[in-house]
Amino acid sequence: MSEDFFQGYKGTALEMLKKFNVRVWGQAEVDTTRGAFKGTILPRSESDDDTHIVMKIPTGYNIGLDTDTITGMIETGYKKANYKIPEKEFPNTPGLPKVKLIGTGGTIASRLDYRTGAVIPAFSPGELYGAVPELADICNLTTEKVFAVFSENMGPEQYKKLAIAIGKEIENGIDGIIIGHGTDTLHYTAAALNFMVQNSPIPIVLVGSQRSSDRPSSDAALNLMHAATAAGHGDIAEVMVCMFGPTSDSYGFLHRGTRVRKMHSSYRSTFRTIGDTPLATVTREGVVPIKQIYNHRRKDRNVTILPYFEEKVGMIYYYTNMNPDMIDSMVDNGYKGIIIIGTGLGHVNKPLYPAIERATKKGVAIYMTVQTIWGYVHMFVYDTGRDLMAKGVIPAENMLPETAYIKLGWALGQTSDLEKVKEIMLTPINDEITKREPYNGYLVYQGGVPEVEAFIKKFRK
Amino acid sequence: MKNKFDPAQNYNNTLKAVGYVKRKEATQKTYTDIGFMSGLEVHQQIDTKEKLFCRCPAGCYHKNEIFDAEVIRHMRPTLSELGEYDGTALMEFRTKKEIVYRIKNETTCTYEVDDTPPFPLNREALEKAIKISHLSKLKIVGEVHITRKQYLDGSIPTGFQRTAIIGVEGEIPLKNKKIRLIQLSLEEDSCREVSDIGHTRIYKTDRLGMPLIETVTYPDMVNPDEVKEACNYIRFLNRSTGLVRVGIGAGREDVNVSCKGGTRIEIKGVAHTKWIPELTHNECFRQWALLNIKKILNERVPDPKSWKISHEFISYQTTKVKYPALKAAKANNYKVVAVNLPDFMGILSHFTQPGKVFANEFTDRLKVIACLERPNMTHSEEFVPIIAEADFEKIKKTLKASENDAQIIFWGPEADVKTALETIEERCLMAFAGVPNETRKSLDDGTNIFERVLPGADRMYPDTDSKPIPLPNDYINKLKEDLPQEVTERYHQLKKWDVPEDTYTFIFKRNHYPLIVRIINELGFDPKFVGTFFGHTLKFVEGHYKPTAKFKHTILFHLFKFVKEQNIDTRILKQMLPIVYEHPKIDFESVLASIKFKRIEKNEIVSHIPFLKNKFKTVCRKDNTEIEAKWIMGELRNTAVGNISMTELYKSIVGK
Repeated sequence: MSEDFFQGYKGTALEMLKKFNVRVWGQAEVDTTRGAFKGTILPRSESDDDTHIVMKIPTGYNIGLDTDTITGMIETGYKKANYKIPEKEFPNTPGLPKVKLIGTGGTIASRLDYRTGAVIPAFSPGELYGAVPELADICNLTTEKVFAVFSENMGPEQYKKLAIAIGKEIENGIDGIIIGHGTDTLHYTAAALNFMVQNSPIPIVLVGSQRSSDRPSSDAALNLMHAATAAGHGDIAEVMVCMFGPTSDSYGFLHRGTRVRKMHSSYRSTFRTIGDTPLATVTREGVVPIKQIYNHRRKDRNVTILPYFEEKVGMIYYYTNMNPDMIDSMVDNGYKGIIIIGTGLGHVNKPLYPAIERATKKGVAIYMTVQTIWGYVHMFVYDTGRDLMAKGVIPAENMLPETAYIKLGWALGQTSDLEKVKEIMLTPINDEITKREPYNGYLVYQGGVPEVEAFIKKFRK
Repeated sequence: MKNKFDPAQNYNNTLKAVGYVKRKEATQKTYTDIGFMSGLEVHQQIDTKEKLFCRCPAGCYHKNEIFDAEVIRHMRPTLSELGEYDGTALMEFRTKKEIVYRIKNETTCTYEVDDTPPFPLNREALEKAIKISHLSKLKIVGEVHITRKQYLDGSIPTGFQRTAIIGVEGEIPLKNKKIRLIQLSLEEDSCREVSDIGHTRIYKTDRLGMPLIETVTYPDMVNPDEVKEACNYIRFLNRSTGLVRVGIGAGREDVNVSCKGGTRIEIKGVAHTKWIPELTHNECFRQWALLNIKKILNERVPDPKSWKISHEFISYQTTKVKYPALKAAKANNYKVVAVNLPDFMGILSHFTQPGKVFANEFTDRLKVIACLERPNMTHSEEFVPIIAEADFEKIKKTLKASENDAQIIFWGPEADVKTALETIEERCLMAFAGVPNETRKSLDDGTNIFERVLPGADRMYPDTDSKPIPLPNDYINKLKEDLPQEVTERYHQLKKWDVPEDTYTFIFKRNHYPLIVRIINELGFDPKFVGTFFGHTLKFVEGHYKPTAKFKHTILFHLFKFVKEQNIDTRILKQMLPIVYEHPKIDFESVLASIKFKRIEKNEIVSHIPFLKNKFKTVCRKDNTEIEAKWIMGELRNTAVGNISMTELYKSIVGK
């Protein structure tokens, strides 16, 4: 119990608080060699040093005091803060679609965490309704927390659990599913669910936010409204990613889960469909398809759940002067599948050849993708490519590296017959390989060009 | 038959009832009686190359129409660290504003528009802020924590200002007392507003993110002049360091005012210190007037909780549409709504500020909260009625209004009517309680208008994107070295030198003191002359001439040096300055040529005296040595200036 009184404090700072009998959330007067300070003692982030004590002064600001300067402390009161979004019961409106929000963590719903000083996931339908009341005009929302992890901690176990949970919801007659997810690995999960949940009769929308919901300019609320619209009212019954189109609070994109990628570390409009156009745009008014061909919403409940994953699959990002031991070590560690992210059209240097040969002979499935992100693997163009193919490397067409990794894990999860794996890998389930790349599938315009600038000025980034 | 209600008469009567006096007639007793209390928040941009949390250049500004891209954002209220919603936050959310940011690539990166987390705090700015904190005798914190202060008006794209306390509890000396300081913070500056029409507010992001310090005082000032004096002191202190930006917009202050029984009202963005006395005087009396209104209303309405407005939509047929704003409303297909305020007769035309009545409190709330463009209303107690009496009678009938009621008629888009009605009722109910918490905007006539609801401490939130910065003893002590002299000491020094007091403001405002001292110490000029030269001559020249190139004040040092080396009399400086100021690149010899200065030996000038003495005898009517001397001085002045001092010349005339 006593630890709670000194939340996050350690070493010198903790000693100091104990010595003067002052608790976290205690109102204190502190004498220091720089003068007297007054305020409420706050918890300290665990990763911060042990020589400062944090306090909130009466004007609402936080400051830190150096333990070296503290000569005395007195606790004069105690008031613990209760950080909680007002919970209101989510209203049920007859006639609106039933949507399930499955929470996995991430910034879509988060709050301050004193342990790390960062934000941690927090989530309940009541909280969501308290924070985004507009949701009640879009759908009848229920929520379920399947697990709460940071995006980077999502993995095969979570993919499988999610797929099963989705299957159950569909069986129970839900009209649409939203999955709240951290953005860093959102596209991995989107790919996994595309393979594990097939022939869904309803939209399954993955959504996140690039700015946590504890800030007024967060994209979380609008993303959530867009996702609810797509899940509840949209006709596209696929596993999709729903995130900002432009960085402005304007419209969202629905991206096909197999072709989407996070392209900027911090922009709101970070998710882009690669090598194709997004499926649709979405606003609170509804979904407007961009692509003509997609899976339509159906009344039946005939979904196929395929929750398989072989965890001994890895990817290596080729770099000049890569040594063969990189591949050898994977083989020696029992990896069954490797995705190589090669240069240009799908190349690696010659010194790797023997290692690759050794791997394929041992029955390791090796697939080639490209570092350029856009474009197909073309291994016939240069000798290098032909040599690699001869040694058993299989080109993964225009599959995105992350999607290829997920698919190989999923394929090897079902069979160890490499021919069958190859068939699964090269037979597209939902456009992870496309037959053709439309001309507008690659649009990375360069700033500074007058006509580009004119366009940006007119259409709002 | 009752006398007809006369709004203008009511204004005058209530002005008297409140006891309003003009500032010139007010004494300390006036202010003590109404409990005048005021504090300051003085903002000053720090002079750095780059912005506070990103590496964009600071101090580059653009015209409104010059931009490369626009970004749209909407702000949503969020919880504070202590788990509460802030009042302003909720009010501003109700307005549903679309905020447009105009971005110029040169001055804005992805940080400002909140598409990138902050970069480490600008150390140059931090160190300058610590130095100024030292000078303000503040206690420097042990660790700087970046806090987010929520702003939902959109003036910052993140929806909050990153700000950090550097020091707390300091003091500054005024002539007769000490003013305590609450704190000094280092924060990022906000966007500049381009326009705010209906539901769209446009900002530009050039100024956004520039480092700024805010010095906050306790409400220790008890009359308007003290507020001005304290404000000047803080501004002069900031400028004395040479570490801050100067020029338009580089220094701005918010003034907090309350009266006895009133509340802290924050008047935002006061651009000129000289406006402060009038503003604070009027604001204090406005609160005093609101308390009078509270008294009247509570006498009339025993149970304010059940007090309600009622309203009716009015067709354009009911009133003759002559008033231009109503014509425009009709053209826009706006709804016209008549609102009945029970028992508010005589309140709407109640005095609040010189030339302003209680009804004015509604119009700006309707603009800010309900987004109704002004003019957006009229009422039953206009001095010059806008709606004809007969029409108004019809409206009153529709509203089933009784004799003691008052009416507001407003117009606007149908979608905003609900918020407008809430806004009117809300403000009326606040009148029963006295003075609502507000931030208000200063106008140059010395009055002020509603701007926003005053935010509380609840809008604070720790910045989860940045780590605290420790300030160890040796680091802050090192920054104590080479601090400039305190402003009070400088003030006393000028006094000792007998420099006229009316020069001090100019000297401190422009931070000329260090240059003056340098001229005195290094060149040996008479302190009184140098001080006066800066405070009078330079001030005059700056007000009347325009430089053709950038005028750097260090030129003045070289000018003084030139005059000394050339052994020219100092009086010539006053003639040289306008030319040097207009043409900063000109060489000083050419300046002498252009004022037609000729070097003449003293002896030669003095040699003319006997001749002139004879001449005087022929022109004078009275033989008086004093008049004679003056006349001769006049004759010789032009040739004498620069060649011989006037005192010496005088001595030569009368001594002989």
